[in-house]
Amino acid sequence: MSRGGGSQRLPVIVTIIVSLMLMVMPLPDSAEPFRPDWVALTLIYWAMMMPRTWSVGTAWIIGIVLDVAQGTILGQHGLALCFIVFMTVRFHLLMRVFPMQQLTATVFAILAMYQFILFWVNGVAGVDVPAVNYWGPVLSGTLFWPFVVMLLRGIRIRVQHRG
Amino acid sequence: MVNSRANSSNPARIPALGVRVLLLMAASILLMVLDHRQNHLDAVRKTIGATVYPLQIVVDAPFRLWEWVREGTSERNQLQLDLSRLQAERLLTNARLQRLAALEAENARLRDLLEARAQVRDEIRVAEIMAVDANPYRHNIVIDIGERDGAYDGQAIIDATGVIGQIIETGLATSQAMLISDPSHSLPVEVNRNGLRTIANGTGEFGRLDLPFITNNADIRPGDLLVTSGLGGAFPAGYPVAVIETVNRVPQEPFADVTATPSAALDQVREIMLIWSTPELADE
Repeated sequence: MSRGGGSQRLPVIVTIIVSLMLMVMPLPDSAEPFRPDWVALTLIYWAMMMPRTWSVGTAWIIGIVLDVAQGTILGQHGLALCFIVFMTVRFHLLMRVFPMQQLTATVFAILAMYQFILFWVNGVAGVDVPAVNYWGPVLSGTLFWPFVVMLLRGIRIRVQHRG
Repeated sequence: MVNSRANSSNPARIPALGVRVLLLMAASILLMVLDHRQNHLDAVRKTIGATVYPLQIVVDAPFRLWEWVREGTSERNQLQLDLSRLQAERLLTNARLQRLAALEAENARLRDLLEARAQVRDEIRVAEIMAVDANPYRHNIVIDIGERDGAYDGQAIIDATGVIGQIIETGLATSQAMLISDPSHSLPVEVNRNGLRTIANGTGEFGRLDLPFITNNADIRPGDLLVTSGLGGAFPAGYPVAVIETVNRVPQEPFADVTATPSAALDQVREIMLIWSTPELADE
């Protein structure tokens, strides 16, 4: 694993920006609670594969930007993303050798932790939210994870072979 | 946490990860407390909001483009139909406006006689809802008017058929607004027929408002129009809000169970209007 230079960082930044855009893209009202946490999925992947370049600091900054974009309490997504990326970096060697089913199950657990932190902050702040807004993204995020991996793996291999 | 256990010769060890994560999480909690309890962070939000703005523009652009293409390629007879419909509508509204001018003059005279405060005249400006999703936990929208256009927190938003909501956070060029259907939104209203004052709460459904404080013997019935009473200070008086749908009088409860349907189609509008209330000089 090499340290990412400038040419290696740009594609990753682009994927993160795209994931942020997917988070604010309008969806039909019925699909809205099932919007996968694209930002969380993207950050989990890069933290797993390049933990020295993309770690908790990135996650925190992106979380704050997400908070502003969505108008949630400032720091809510920062805290949640920071924590799950920490867990990912902590276990990244293990996660890399997992077969896909096991990795997906792990991501399910990580997404559940992520939603739990959001739920906990909402609870403390007194924001009342229907339960589907919490388990919806966990389910859809788990379903989309293999596709996210396929897509980002292509980008990562191209980046690392060029660099 | 990590440092105490990880072996320094372990190539997978990320330096000072545990310390960093603890610091960042503490910073998050500090931010949340400052933001939620005291609203000290408006400037921070605005600064970061400026970086989010291009993101919103890019997400909104395809929808705008689609709208533009659709308008440009709509068929001639469709346009003619629209034109004749709009002309007919304009004729009708013009006729009504003539009466309105006379009524306004009469109202001003009567108010003079009563020595009442002059009524507020409102300035209105058209804005558009951006195709950007806001807070997933609330009924919020993002609109394409911000501080540089003179928008302010608490400003009222209407459309052609009724009240929509109010601005809760102004950015530089965009703002977040809360719809009246948000569960944490309350709106002072009055019944247009008899002036009965009450509060309309959002329910989290676009098609329903709750009126929790109407006594069992109050004079209210389905079909009554609710208008803004202007008592809260945020909304100017007299704009239609909702129509009473059901009135359920429960004998053993102090308050009746009343619901209303918002006049504006909250989940369908795209063009909206912002109101600037400027009191006319009373002695003129």
